[in-house]
Amino acid sequence: MPGRQLIMTFPVTATSHALPEYRARGGYGALAKALGQMKPQDVVKEITASGLQGRGGAAFAVGRKWQVVQYDDGQPHYLIANADEGEPGTFKDRWILENNPHMLLESMLIASYALNVRNCFVYIRGEFDLPYRRLAEAVEEAYAAGLFGRNILGSDFSCDIVVYRGAGAYVAGEASGLISSLEGKKGYPRNRPPRLTVKGLYQRPTVVNNVESLSNIAWIINHGADAFKAVGTPKSPGTRLFSVSGHINRPGVYEVELGYPWMKFLDEDCGGIPHGRGIKCVVPGGVSSKVLTGADIANLKISHEELWDAGSTLGSGGMIVIAEGTCMVALLQVLMRFYHHESCGQCTPCRHGTGWLHRILDRIVAGDGRADDIERLYYISKFNDGTTICGLGDAAGYACSGILDKFRDEFEYCIEHKRSKFGGNLECLRSS
Amino acid sequence: MKHLVPEFEKLRERFPAGFESSLALPCLRRIQEDRGYVADSDIEELAVFLGVPQIQIEEVLSFYTQFRRKPIGRWHLQFCHNVSCSMNGAENVLAHVERRLGIKPGQTTPDGRYTLSTVECLGSCGTAPMMMVNDGYHENLTLAKLDELLQGLK
Repeated sequence: MPGRQLIMTFPVTATSHALPEYRARGGYGALAKALGQMKPQDVVKEITASGLQGRGGAAFAVGRKWQVVQYDDGQPHYLIANADEGEPGTFKDRWILENNPHMLLESMLIASYALNVRNCFVYIRGEFDLPYRRLAEAVEEAYAAGLFGRNILGSDFSCDIVVYRGAGAYVAGEASGLISSLEGKKGYPRNRPPRLTVKGLYQRPTVVNNVESLSNIAWIINHGADAFKAVGTPKSPGTRLFSVSGHINRPGVYEVELGYPWMKFLDEDCGGIPHGRGIKCVVPGGVSSKVLTGADIANLKISHEELWDAGSTLGSGGMIVIAEGTCMVALLQVLMRFYHHESCGQCTPCRHGTGWLHRILDRIVAGDGRADDIERLYYISKFNDGTTICGLGDAAGYACSGILDKFRDEFEYCIEHKRSKFGGNLECLRSS
Repeated sequence: MKHLVPEFEKLRERFPAGFESSLALPCLRRIQEDRGYVADSDIEELAVFLGVPQIQIEEVLSFYTQFRRKPIGRWHLQFCHNVSCSMNGAENVLAHVERRLGIKPGQTTPDGRYTLSTVECLGSCGTAPMMMVNDGYHENLTLAKLDELLQGLK
């Protein structure tokens, strides 16, 4: 096990997601504690003191986001759990939704109590079938047990929840795009300011937190901010769920205590690379985070600060391991096709920029690359950065320039020789 | 969609007052489940029911990949071809199904049984390659597994 665990603390069985077993693990004790012994402001203070950072990608402090909401401003507040998990390589929230949905619901109740929220929502991506059914079942169980609805656990706190299903749009995972979608519109992101915590869903103060960020709340209330800070590193408290995929012997979801050595995690916990191959590079946290080479990560520990220092980010926790022998030109082509497909079309630099990036990669892969294409890719990546409403265009640029920075020679080779240095290969081949 | 109105009324009760517009996505999903696609008449009727402009419903339908305005095959095979799936043989399994069914992504077999699509990441990267058949995920695909699966889809 890569360090201590707060979320994946029990063996998964056919019934471990259900309410009776969640209760047997101490479930809904934190809710009783919050409602019985804490004022809403105390909950906000505790979460702020814990230093919990968002687990969706930006690692923004959860407490700081919450503090913007004025408890008694006389308007309705909303809380939304972002379960629109769509960043390629990321499937860790799915684990919580399928295997520990009550941990999310309990945490959402505590957050709603702290933020004076009467109606909360889970926005779950439309393709998730089992996660949706598990979550919907858990909501019904919780209602039947009096954990949602009026006067929860005999207190004067009341709260209702709706599970809202998306319909297939990556950009709806961006918090303001999500809100547009939850209002029944196309998922266009919105310009900020005003922040969503000031004017969000239907122009009311709205907190949007990632599923995993929220799921930590119950643990923190149970054990206290100090206990949480004792896990992880001083700048990265707690654990993170990583979904590991690509060229790796044991792909899957792992809970890693922050500060754990990276190579030890990949070699010992994830079983290393198939066929004894070396690591070419790793996508640390979803394809929008910049790739790091095997040499870059050799002595790195998994924490926000070490990743930031290395010029990347833990992002969404979607770790993709890429073995030696993989063609980075073909890989970048797949990525640019993705961003082009998912650009919502609202902002010109992204709408056109992602298309240009995609088409240039197509022609390089086809053997029609031009001598100045690499500079052109850099130019578009840079031009996208900061010129659009949301981060999708920026992310496409980071992914592109990140791979170009580390593997420029492969692109030069492909343009000059009109073929890939690695045969366009994306799979992990046996050594011949 | 008229016969679904009682269901939609119940759905409305779960939302706070003033959230009528939010019902667009869940109602369209239900209509599509019922009819197989969303017809022009559904759009008109839903716009009236929700009290939103018809163009909002049309925008939603064209924006999200899961909605369709035309019927498709009985079995919708959607192959992920994003990074982790490509790195684990997505191209191979897709090519196999193309050969077996004699169609390319975006096409439907002449007998109306299968529609083939490629899609971007479905959050199943650790069990790649994968596809969706209608609502269900099928993961860790191999050619043998695909053949067996296709046998069962009549």
